[in-house]
Amino acid sequence: MSLSRRDIDDIAHLARLALTEAEIPVYLDSLSRIIGLVGELDRAPTAGVEPMSHPLAGLKQRLRADEVTDTDRHELYQRNAPQVMAGLYLVPKVIE
Amino acid sequence: MHSETVAGLIAGLRGRKYSAVELARALLERIQRSQPGLNAFISIEAETALAAAAEADRQLASGNAPPLAGVPIAHKDIFCATGSRTTCGSKMLSNFIAPYDATVVARLRAAGAVVLGKTNMDEFAMGSSNETSHFGPVRNPWDPARVPGGSSGGSAAAVAARLVPAATATDTGGSIRQPAALCGITGIKPTYGRVSRYGIVAFASSLDQAGVVARTAEDAAILLRSMAGFDERDSTSVDAEVPDYVAGLDRPLTGLRIGLLKEFFDKGLDPAVEACIRAGLEELRAQGATLREVSLPNLPLSVPTYYVVAPAECSSNLARFDGVRFGYRCDKPRDLKDLYERSRGEGFGAEVKRRIMTGTYVLSAGYYDAYYLKAQRVRQLIAADFARAFGEVDVLVSPTTPTPAFGIGAKMNDPVTMYLNDIYTIGANLAGLPAISVPCGFVEGLPVGMQIVGGHFTEQRILNVAHRYQRATDWHTRAPEAYR
Repeated sequence: MSLSRRDIDDIAHLARLALTEAEIPVYLDSLSRIIGLVGELDRAPTAGVEPMSHPLAGLKQRLRADEVTDTDRHELYQRNAPQVMAGLYLVPKVIE
Repeated sequence: MHSETVAGLIAGLRGRKYSAVELARALLERIQRSQPGLNAFISIEAETALAAAAEADRQLASGNAPPLAGVPIAHKDIFCATGSRTTCGSKMLSNFIAPYDATVVARLRAAGAVVLGKTNMDEFAMGSSNETSHFGPVRNPWDPARVPGGSSGGSAAAVAARLVPAATATDTGGSIRQPAALCGITGIKPTYGRVSRYGIVAFASSLDQAGVVARTAEDAAILLRSMAGFDERDSTSVDAEVPDYVAGLDRPLTGLRIGLLKEFFDKGLDPAVEACIRAGLEELRAQGATLREVSLPNLPLSVPTYYVVAPAECSSNLARFDGVRFGYRCDKPRDLKDLYERSRGEGFGAEVKRRIMTGTYVLSAGYYDAYYLKAQRVRQLIAADFARAFGEVDVLVSPTTPTPAFGIGAKMNDPVTMYLNDIYTIGANLAGLPAISVPCGFVEGLPVGMQIVGGHFTEQRILNVAHRYQRATDWHTRAPEAYR
């Protein structure tokens, strides 16, 4: 299966990835080949087979009491942020 | 000192043959010297290492030292360690200072291990050659023109080059076993849920598992004993007792039932690699194991299954990199959309973007059933094949890789060829099984690995088989000439 330039633009948009003009033909080629590879799954007989989302059958999602367990460490965490002011993350203006 | 095993170093440190500080200094010097040639490390942490070694010496002098006191190790740069730069091999995280410890890091520190630095890796653990790292490729200590394997290529190269006796690593589709095989060392991927994933930068959460690379199965057992166990901070951590992996190592192999995967000896396997595996199987048979062929008919579909499931989970996990809270941010964003798109477009490397896009595509409206649900169903069939096989045999033995280490640059232009390199290792991740790779010979001077896969939570058994094999062979003791 071959993808189109339009497909690559759509996927990049959904994935929020800015691609350069030079990258587009490269991804067009390699993603088409990958989609070809995964197309082999078509021949597997899967009627009535349950989808498997993780490898340990019978593992139950653990729950815990709804209690605060973390302390406030926002100052420490915000040291890794590109831009912070007065404890707030700064981003370009969203609403004019 | 540098050629000692972990077991040997524990004895040497306790017997006062050398101090932890002397040991750390000697290996730090080796690491520094190796960097221009190997590039196995992203960060060398000499200052904190020497402080930890001094503390280990105090503990050893007090006679009340934890089990790994003074043992030097390295962490793959995917593990968060408080105050330590944790890049995951990416420009996206090139300045990220971890504000907390991964559970594996905390446990090894509590056990007394001395961390010398963080090892190089494929970007976000996506790669089979260590060529996708933002910090440059790692070279194979056996031949600098060849790859060390990936994604834990730095950890494997560091252990093979006698820079550290052991290192942590992670394995989503073979990233512990494949580089261990290509570098001539031992690497174990435990059962999914055996070792906490907390504090490990996530790639594909239903497949990721942390483990160890070392030179012997005994050393892998010693480290794994300190790493494994339930962690309430990992929602898929399994609350089951951790057996003493070291205590079970010497058990005789009499009566061990070994399955040979018919599908893996069929095609695409280098005949010289096959000869090494057959010789390894003969050794196990000589120790009392029985061999029989088993068929896992859906296993040949493991590569296409993996390359739907792993990218799908990757595209979800890597959505957190938005240029706002941490990580790379592009210069002068015009608006919020531009901030997201350019920060991600510029911060991620080519292979990571390829996987995010593959994952986005297979999860998108109109393709979700055809690709993602279909792959999850085939995953169920593959897991059922393994379950059936483990009704008949105790372990499955196969090559770890189809060929020895390939040349740097040889497969970078064709991702599908690169992906097919993972054919023998991916099945264990899809089914969540423990697996170990041990050195079993050489082809034209390059090491070959033999993979032993066990049923869920049988780490003790596969370590036992690997250890008994290593007691009778010396492949694992061979060192690359430049690093003896």
